Amino acid sequence: MTIRIENLSVTFDGFQALKSVSVAVGKGESFGLVGESGSGKSTLLRAVAGLAPVSAGAIEVNGEALLGNRRSRAFRRAVQMVFQDPYASLHPRQTVDRQLLEPLAIHGIGDGERRILKALDEVGLGSSFRFRYPHQLSGGQRQRVAIARALIVEPEILLLDEPTSALDASVQAEVLNLLEDVRSRHGLTYIMVSHDLGVVTHMCSRLAVMKSGEVVETLAATDLAGGRMVSDYTRRLMVASKGFSREMEPG
Amino acid sequence: MKPLLTVSNLSVTYPTRTGVVEAVRGLSFELGRERLGIVGESGSGKSQTGRAIMGLTPPPGIVRADALSFSGVDLLKAGSSTWREMRGSRMAMILQDPKFSLNPVMTIGRQITETLRHHENVSKREARRRAVEMLEAVQIEDPERVFALYPHEVSGGMGQRAMIAMMLVCGPELLIADEPTSALDVTVQLEVLGILDRLVRDKGMGLVFISHDLRLVSSFCDRVLVMYAGRIVEELATADLAGAKHPYTRGLLDCTPKIGESRHPLPVLERQKEWAA
Repeated sequence: MTIRIENLSVTFDGFQALKSVSVAVGKGESFGLVGESGSGKSTLLRAVAGLAPVSAGAIEVNGEALLGNRRSRAFRRAVQMVFQDPYASLHPRQTVDRQLLEPLAIHGIGDGERRILKALDEVGLGSSFRFRYPHQLSGGQRQRVAIARALIVEPEILLLDEPTSALDASVQAEVLNLLEDVRSRHGLTYIMVSHDLGVVTHMCSRLAVMKSGEVVETLAATDLAGGRMVSDYTRRLMVASKGFSREMEPG
Repeated sequence: MKPLLTVSNLSVTYPTRTGVVEAVRGLSFELGRERLGIVGESGSGKSQTGRAIMGLTPPPGIVRADALSFSGVDLLKAGSSTWREMRGSRMAMILQDPKFSLNPVMTIGRQITETLRHHENVSKREARRRAVEMLEAVQIEDPERVFALYPHEVSGGMGQRAMIAMMLVCGPELLIADEPTSALDVTVQLEVLGILDRLVRDKGMGLVFISHDLRLVSSFCDRVLVMYAGRIVEELATADLAGAKHPYTRGLLDCTPKIGESRHPLPVLERQKEWAA
């Protein structure tokens, strides 16, 4: 197992956002976290990255036990994160070039010129985008830059927090295709948070359904699609994601 | 039957430093007492259309049309007192996020009674009674308690119900809902849609439902207009959705991943220049 999370609890000022959650993700796997707002799915992702106040439990990544919010330099290179809103996660006054250079500078990686061009090429943005500012890009292009910034340090694990929910449906399809493509090319491990069951079953082989800080159920995407779930909550989510229907109305 | 709303050759333009931006171009449709969906991606002009109908195009936007009339009232000639009289009582609008569209420093109850007392000559007590009744109608369990709460004290779904209650309390003939459930969780989304559906049906309102989600709209409305670059590219009865002809509509339907389907990679929308022409 590349990522092993055991009995993890996260507490914010007395509010327990995660209640003894256990999840294991294998190498090269794409694992989904679904749930409604407040279910703790993003908190779990942030806890792995060292961005949440862990109060109990253990996280292990690549055999390395993670203590509190301290992370080793190797971890910070091997694990990268892509956030929901590309309008907020890029520096508004830095060019794409400058933003891609930053992670290289942090990790002391040379050969910036070649790596930046390669990363841009990999996410389907030509070198002509290199000296643009975020406001000169569309939402989809910005998310591509955010993905390029994650890929440029050659990570093994990507933590994806609702990477397409701020995008239009047609742009979402492009970004999802890019993420799949990148994963198969580099053999990456994904943990992807989403509220959209369609997106998660498309991208992930296994997923955990979360509700009020707990994992309700962990199942394979094919079992979800086939209606082979155990919990009523998962079934409710599944029905809800199929859209509105007048038959469901009680009267 | 005379249509409730007639829109003919509507255009909304914004002058900018780099030239005129045409947000809506030559849009025409009629609405009876039915549920009409307007679907499009960001920048397609769907929200601008809704705002223009409500007379809420922000300056320096310019609205032009051959005709824009709502049950006999010419909206193009309407002055601010006519608008004040109409908005809230005869036509109403629900916006996307209750966090931003409710007044944060006024209790929910006061916001609802304010609408009522502005438009109708009712006593305080009567207004309160009707507000509580309306909160009950949007399936809020403890309406008396919610009446006294501030918007930050309720959840998103509850806030959106309160918003619907506020908009429907005067019994409008036309309701424009601009992404009314996009900020809500899927299960809550369905409850809110169910409430909206029932009220629209029972009160015989005309509804314009604006959304980016073609599938959701088609499960909810009778008819759908698909917009691209400020124009209608296709009009469909929702029953005929599967028979959509325009490549943009087809592309929108195809590009969303669905549970139980395995398509890798997903089909991508190839935008054609002539769609925008």
